[in-house]
Amino acid sequence: MSLAISAVDYVTEIKNGNITVEEFISKTIERIKKIDGKLHAFLSVNENAIIQAKEIDRKIKANENVGKCMGMPISFKDNICVKGSKTTCASKVLEDFVSPYDATVVTKLKSEDAIIIGKTNMDEFAMGFTTEFSAFGPSRNPWNSEYVPGGSSGGSAVAVSALESIASLGSDTGGSVRNPASFCSVVGFKPTYGLISRYGLISYSNSIEQIGPLTRTVKDTAFLLNIIAGIDSNDNTTVDNKEENYLNDIDAGVEGKTIGIISQMTKGVDKEVSSATKNAVSQFEKLGAKIEEVSIDMVEYSVASYYIITATEAGSNLARYDNIRYGFDFDLEGYEFNSYISKARKNFGPEVTRRMILGGFVPSAGHAGKYFLKALKVKNKLTSEINDVLKKVDLLVAPTVPILPFKFGEKIDDPVALFLIDFNTVTANLTGKPAISVPFELSNGLPIGIQILGKEMQDKLVLQAAHALEKTTNLPEVPV
Amino acid sequence: MAKIGLEIHCQLTKLESKLFCPCKADYRGFEPNTNICPICIGLPGSLPRLNQKALEKAIMISYTLNCEIPKKISFFRKNYFYPDLPKNYQITQFDAYGHTSMGYNGHISIEGKEIGIRRIQLEEDPGRLIYEGSSEKTQITLVDYNRAGTPLVEIVTEPDFENPKQVRIFLNILVDLLENLGVSVPTLEGAVRADGNVSIEGGNKVEIKNVTSFHDLEKAVHFEITRQQSLVDRGIPVELETRQWDDRRKITVSARSKEEEQDYRYFLEGDIPQVLLDQDKISNLKSTIPESIPSKKAGYTKYLPAQVANTIATDPYWSDMMNTCISTFQNEVTTQNEDYINSCITECGNIITTNLMGLEDTKEKREKSNINAEDVEDIAKAVVKKEITRNLSKIALQEMKKTGKPLSEVISEQDLGNISDEADLAKFIEEVIKEELEAVNQIKENPETVNFLVGKVMQKTKGKADPILTLELLKKKLVS
Repeated sequence: MSLAISAVDYVTEIKNGNITVEEFISKTIERIKKIDGKLHAFLSVNENAIIQAKEIDRKIKANENVGKCMGMPISFKDNICVKGSKTTCASKVLEDFVSPYDATVVTKLKSEDAIIIGKTNMDEFAMGFTTEFSAFGPSRNPWNSEYVPGGSSGGSAVAVSALESIASLGSDTGGSVRNPASFCSVVGFKPTYGLISRYGLISYSNSIEQIGPLTRTVKDTAFLLNIIAGIDSNDNTTVDNKEENYLNDIDAGVEGKTIGIISQMTKGVDKEVSSATKNAVSQFEKLGAKIEEVSIDMVEYSVASYYIITATEAGSNLARYDNIRYGFDFDLEGYEFNSYISKARKNFGPEVTRRMILGGFVPSAGHAGKYFLKALKVKNKLTSEINDVLKKVDLLVAPTVPILPFKFGEKIDDPVALFLIDFNTVTANLTGKPAISVPFELSNGLPIGIQILGKEMQDKLVLQAAHALEKTTNLPEVPV
Repeated sequence: MAKIGLEIHCQLTKLESKLFCPCKADYRGFEPNTNICPICIGLPGSLPRLNQKALEKAIMISYTLNCEIPKKISFFRKNYFYPDLPKNYQITQFDAYGHTSMGYNGHISIEGKEIGIRRIQLEEDPGRLIYEGSSEKTQITLVDYNRAGTPLVEIVTEPDFENPKQVRIFLNILVDLLENLGVSVPTLEGAVRADGNVSIEGGNKVEIKNVTSFHDLEKAVHFEITRQQSLVDRGIPVELETRQWDDRRKITVSARSKEEEQDYRYFLEGDIPQVLLDQDKISNLKSTIPESIPSKKAGYTKYLPAQVANTIATDPYWSDMMNTCISTFQNEVTTQNEDYINSCITECGNIITTNLMGLEDTKEKREKSNINAEDVEDIAKAVVKKEITRNLSKIALQEMKKTGKPLSEVISEQDLGNISDEADLAKFIEEVIKEELEAVNQIKENPETVNFLVGKVMQKTKGKADPILTLELLKKKLVS
């Protein structure tokens, strides 16, 4: 029995009785024990996974109702709340925080008999693109452990890529699902804003971020979406997807569709990435799509706008971490309030601190007009531009990340260089559009992903195109 | 001349739940930190869930205060650090980017003067700080989050008041209006709070904070006018500042400058999408708004003296009861003559104000009351039909309240029935004439003496004699 199996195939194998849940979970845990010391995908592992697996096996044997996931091991980024387990955001500030409640996505997956195998590593509070900003040490890219796995959902991408869990849920604020998916050769999807409930996702920039699946195949993403998407009374920003079935017609293909290539996102990219993108485009052409080059001027300003908006919202969202109600071991006694919180908040790492300072400045009186309000204008203009383009084309294509995975330490001291890594991903967040990264090629053993972006609430079309492209590839198994 | 403006905060204590979560809106009577949940204490990952009922109540208040109600509203974050604020920002409304509050440009008339209402906002109340030993100088401050998230309506007036007396009259009217609307119970401690601002000609505006009662607000406003006038008289400028009311010394003192120079970094609350106020829904709401106090009063003065009408109209409990009585008797219009109906209604008003209000003078007593409008109607009918005297009807009411028995039973058991049979009454009259010979003899010189004899008959019959009939019979026998 191999752990290199898709979610959809896992379900079939369990149903056919070829494997038991306990066998699969035991083997998964063995693998985590064996390789995760090096890869560091997980911040915590579920101690009760085997017991839960046995219970699901019992239900299967007794012919009782079993949920759609049938004991499938799924991991969650450590900014998604799981009742009774630590949810740290990879931060010292939440080192001892144990959530008393489940995020909506956790509730939904639990009720379908998924097993939460563990919580995955990330950049602190999801701010970063390499996991180097995790307070508990970075994760390593399973394709080459000297390279970063991407981020911020780096642990999730590593866990799926290195066969430590069948699927993972991450969060994507400016590319945090798609970027590590691209670097680790897995599928990463950021749905339409509001498609998946954020209740229980620890906010970083709440107006643009979404929970998103990281999976081995596009079909697996559709499988998970069928379970976790849809309106939630606990999140007022969720939208009604009318119980769409994303697996139905997944093979519809792209014949007759018009696909636009965003010129701003293909300029100045690494030559290997550029050639991969050209190959992807010609695959789409072979599949019967019409290709068109399109221009979205505001993309040039998207990263600047993104950092100002996210810093502003983060400054507010992270204000609650004053260590009064929860957090880490630090006694309040003897402190005056202001000196206590400034001391408590010194426990934020360097990147979070940087964005807190920025977030205090850009929306402040006297500066808001020059920065925050201008950033909002860019966001609105970008949205109307992309909406216009999407009237002419059905989908947009671009490389997920303009550059190849890089080595540890290479860019961490250059925040501006790091900021440009998300040049191709932030547009989907700022405009609320669905976007997916599909593993497409390897260059000297380093993965390259292709991004497909679609219209709001046309998540299904994006998945269909991604599945069509995926079928043209033949990528090797992970070398771990 | 002074210009005074007010800022009133009214808790919507009549709602079931808080503004963004299912915890109780009326937090009173809970052990500290037990009326809380992940949302109202701002746990990581929790999201606000807008209470639609709170929105409706705020619309009702806006409408009653003659405000314009916008077609769409939104919420903002007011960012500042304070230990009673679980998220370190307050979800409120803000008008910098166009009108987003619940209501604008309203007014109330007080004694012929129009007081402008600048705006009405819906926001969340913070928790409460409790200083151990009830002094700010103690070493320990405790925080109770039971109040955090209670729906609060902020009413901001234009600086249209000229003196403290107008402030008092306005607040009394406003409190009556809020109570009549059934949105709040103003008698609850802290349910309605008011701050003021004062400026006089030639000086800047001074805000007064920390006033705990309306009575003190009047004093604080008076103090400020005097203080500012004496500064202006001496040519010293009045500074733009916030002053705290010192409850012990009954003066205002300058607040620390730190608190004035807050930059709240307001921005849109992305977790609550813009709310479109459906005009049909607003019209429906308008029809559910209870009749206004002046309109109720006008209705009652057809039957009752102005003073009595006012007493009933200003209290929703009594006016509800009165309205029921009125409609019951008006429904009898086909079977009864108008004089009878009007007398019965008048009698109901008398019973409520002279007898029932005294028996049920607290909210608790009213909540447990077993006397309803039907009982009042029964008594009124009996009095009008001369089945019981007005004096004894009071005893009957007490007995009904004590035993829970209907009027008819109480009359027969307690022998309270009217003696209106001439033959029966004649016997008592004969007895009195025999016993009170001296008075009888005086009647020719002093006809008023007959009243003394009526009293004696009443005594003899334990109040059951019909006083008018008794007088008639006595006069017939003695005066002619």
